Amino acid sequence: MPKIGVLALQGDFEAHRTALERAGAEAVEVRTAAGLDAVDGLVIPGGESTTMLKLIDAENLLEPLTAFGQSKPIFGTCAGAILLANEVLSPKQHSLALVDLTVERNAYGRQIDSRIVTLHPEPASGLPESLEAVFIRAPIIRRMGDGVKVLARYGDDPVLVEHGRHLIATFHPELTADASIHRRFLAKVTQG
Amino acid sequence: MRFLDEAFRLKSGLAEMLKGGVIMDVTNAEQAVIAEKAGATAVMALERVPSDIRKEGGVARMSPIGTIREIMHTVSIPVMAKARIGHFMEAQVLEALKVDYIDESEVLTPADEEHHIDKRGFKTPFVCGARNLGEALRRIAEGAAMIRTKGEAGSGNIVEAVRHIRTIVKEMKQLTVLGREELVAEAKKLQAPLELVEYVAEHGKLPVPNFSAGGIATPADAALVMNLGAEAVFVGSGIFKSSNPEAFAKAIVKAATYYKDPVKLLEASEELGLGMAGLEISKLPESELMQTRGW
Repeated sequence: MPKIGVLALQGDFEAHRTALERAGAEAVEVRTAAGLDAVDGLVIPGGESTTMLKLIDAENLLEPLTAFGQSKPIFGTCAGAILLANEVLSPKQHSLALVDLTVERNAYGRQIDSRIVTLHPEPASGLPESLEAVFIRAPIIRRMGDGVKVLARYGDDPVLVEHGRHLIATFHPELTADASIHRRFLAKVTQG
Repeated sequence: MRFLDEAFRLKSGLAEMLKGGVIMDVTNAEQAVIAEKAGATAVMALERVPSDIRKEGGVARMSPIGTIREIMHTVSIPVMAKARIGHFMEAQVLEALKVDYIDESEVLTPADEEHHIDKRGFKTPFVCGARNLGEALRRIAEGAAMIRTKGEAGSGNIVEAVRHIRTIVKEMKQLTVLGREELVAEAKKLQAPLELVEYVAEHGKLPVPNFSAGGIATPADAALVMNLGAEAVFVGSGIFKSSNPEAFAKAIVKAATYYKDPVKLLEASEELGLGMAGLEISKLPESELMQTRGW
């Protein structure tokens, strides 16, 4: 059984832990660089990206997290997607820069513009025909580099993408009952 | 469950995102920037921090719109604002302003001594205070998507926050061992809908995130309530009434993440300077307590 860490600095890490367990993984909370050594893959959860970034900087986790992502898979949702992207707008902020994306924060607006929608993933993605997606003060992917593969769009915007070993969702698969996106991440981890 | 429909999931979803974090009271954009830079997950815009409301007296109302709007324009994290208990028009104004969360708060002077706001009709999520499980479930039944234990705001004294989180956690544990017919009797005693009582009995927790507020003044205070079961903390006067707001804000953010790690807490507590002045709650006259506002 793959052992997955959930970065538990702040955010909905508990929901991810439950979703990973539902998908058939062992999930542990990670708060330190030492914690990264013990896991095969990492989830960066939803939450406030600015808060996570402050803690990453204060605890000197930027370098260990980047090094982890250079050899092992990371799944980022919402704030996690913002931390993985190599360019962040609105406002500009630094990141782990592991995935060639430009992401605009809070791009749909404020909480009142948050929404639950039905996505229809790309047929070739192997994901279910329709998936419920919860967007909360979500970011929008404004630019994708070569090699980034779109698995699902909402309107014209890519919302679930893959880049090499990493998986990125601008919404919250951890807040819905369907575990197929988490299962896809586990498959990436076990394939190495 | 009829309480937990799609709109409700969206509202409590934002509360999920705030877990493990610190929501800080701010009275202007300058303070909001300090809070955001220190790592606050959200700011609560209000006219005066609770300890000043206590000192100055008078009627405490929703913040001036201009101040809230300036804060919303200045920071990128969620902005919450307080409405008076029962004052559904203040709440509607805050919704029109598009604040991210509304706190129907006992810190402000109540507008209605019998009724809380019917929060189900709003698209904007609400947080409400509670001192015990019955109060928490009544607020959730009215549509609150987040509960915070009340503590005693502006006191700088953690004793009431501890009492309230311990009470709620204990009452939830007790429900998990009861039979179905006992839950019906319990719902009567708690003055809360059976459906919600059954949810707590089955899951051992509230159907919405449960945060702590009212008296948190140090990193150790924040860690204490988190270890007792709070999923995040609200800090009011504790930051901007301390001797060094930047340092206190940062230290409490760190404490909310590393609440189980005494070495990290020690690091967070070094060179902090003095916390806010505190109050002995047993010496406060009953009429000055904020926690008894609302039911």
